[in-house]
Amino acid sequence: MTVFSAKPQVRPGPRRQRLPLSVALAAGFAVLILFITVFAQVLQPYAFEEISLLDRMKPPFPLEGYSPDHWLGTDRLGRDLLSRLLVATQTSIALALLGTIIGAILGTGLGFLAAHYGGWVDEVISAAVDFGAAMPYFIIALAVLAFLGNSMIVFLLLMGIYGWERYARITRGLVLSARQEGYAQAVHALGGSPARIYARHVLPNIMGPLIVQVTINFPETILFETSLSFIGLGIRPPLTSLGQLLGDGRDYLINAWWLAVIPGVVIFLTTLSISILGDHLRARLDPSLQG
Amino acid sequence: MRFVAVKLLRSAVTMWLVITFVFVVLRISGDPTDILLPDDVAQEVREFYRVKWGLDQSLWQQYLAYWKALSTGDFGVSLRAGLPAWDMVMERAPKTLLLGLCGLAMALFIGIPLGVIAAQYQGSALDRGVMSFAVFGFSMPNFFLGIILILVFSLHLRWLPSSGSGTLAHLVMPAFTLGTAFAAQIARFTRSAMIDVSSRAYMRTARSKGAGPLRRVVSHAFPNAVVPIVTIIGLKVGELIGGAVVVETVFAWPGLGRLVTIAVANRDLALVQAILILIAATMILTNLIVDLMYGWLDPRVRDARNAAGHRREARA
Repeated sequence: MTVFSAKPQVRPGPRRQRLPLSVALAAGFAVLILFITVFAQVLQPYAFEEISLLDRMKPPFPLEGYSPDHWLGTDRLGRDLLSRLLVATQTSIALALLGTIIGAILGTGLGFLAAHYGGWVDEVISAAVDFGAAMPYFIIALAVLAFLGNSMIVFLLLMGIYGWERYARITRGLVLSARQEGYAQAVHALGGSPARIYARHVLPNIMGPLIVQVTINFPETILFETSLSFIGLGIRPPLTSLGQLLGDGRDYLINAWWLAVIPGVVIFLTTLSISILGDHLRARLDPSLQG
Repeated sequence: MRFVAVKLLRSAVTMWLVITFVFVVLRISGDPTDILLPDDVAQEVREFYRVKWGLDQSLWQQYLAYWKALSTGDFGVSLRAGLPAWDMVMERAPKTLLLGLCGLAMALFIGIPLGVIAAQYQGSALDRGVMSFAVFGFSMPNFFLGIILILVFSLHLRWLPSSGSGTLAHLVMPAFTLGTAFAAQIARFTRSAMIDVSSRAYMRTARSKGAGPLRRVVSHAFPNAVVPIVTIIGLKVGELIGGAVVVETVFAWPGLGRLVTIAVANRDLALVQAILILIAATMILTNLIVDLMYGWLDPRVRDARNAAGHRREARA
């Protein structure tokens, strides 16, 4: 249950708990993934689309017949799986990050608008929030892709719009209650403009729940993108994403299971790490949310 | 009775809005002849198809014709397959319904008991185990879970078929794959609903009058926790439908999900439209059932405002 009070969290003393192992591991993995997202082009041993027909279907390292030139093996065209994996990770994470940022800004902005103006603006935004929450977004995305065709812009916008309604609802509720708090009224009495009050005073105070929402939304966006790419309606060749890689590998399960399993493990570990970090953050930021 | 009538009316209005919305989006999204005919086709051929598909008429005429057609069950012709879209959809729908209901049943049979047990032993190793399962469950992409199941149970152990439908054995892995993420969410939600209920005064009363732990859970706590659980199920049915699209691709399950994937890839708009309307109808029907269930589960909720309040509360 979301809490609609924006009181600054007061912690008794500098009591520091040791980080649980799972959280430390999750943080480490998230940093690694972020590193790959930034430096994939530098890290890849081969160009990810480089075809080498003599080295087709090489298995990864510990398996018999592996090649020291390709630690994670190669696919049906002899493309280096490690290189493809790095670039695919970059695409998937960059899309999810961008999508999450767009959604957070869009939703938070609309939430502020709804809370500030009230009246019909609030009615319209709240109705859109209800509609967004009631319709299955995956199906809406499929319809949009059918109507407009698939392009990078459409796809990125779909990522961005995903989950906006949750930010909007949370922000609206938090802003409405924050306006009643002493600090907001004090700044107002001192002559602060509404924009200043929202940006400098209210936003920092409601940041906690919004960040928690980001940690929920981000892995869901990754799953959303990889699902669409997996069924062939998202990122398509010659580009690659983790879902596309996995969908490609699905056709070779019998003789090259690693082509599907390795990208799958990367997706799973990424979403798992962020969920673990998010749960931890939620417990730290908002003790009343336990459970 | 009035409660039911209001609900029915609202569902009908929503359905009308959805159908109109689909029509408007379809007609403004571009000329179907551009998508379907080759670029170098003669202008006369283009005109022939525009007349044949009624694209030469005004938008109002098209809208009226659209309703007239829908009311007779005519959803247009799949532009790729050349078959009536509605027939194609209806042929596939039972398969998806079967998969969806089995996935839902799996999720409930796993999720609710796990959530109740976790709440009962809050803070114990059992509780932590269930919560870890929940985090794993919804971090796991369903397509990857499906592929692991295929690798283990089809290719390695050779117990279950990896694709197709027809027998019960075909249904096991797709239903499990579809149900897992949902089970995880239901477990988590049931747990918090049960914990929420356990601190209420009537629970203390039940304990002080000497009711045993099993009786307290089954006949005091659970009936009160069930309303938010039903709410969350209603809200998440949409995700289940989205999940079915992916799961059907993994297991080559010949349902609506496969059909819509292919239709979107081909931009076969008549088919996409028929499927969209069917899915919207399913969602609206689900919401109607959930709303009516409130009235049945919780006699306090016999007016529309309260039901809406329940839903908003559960989302928060």
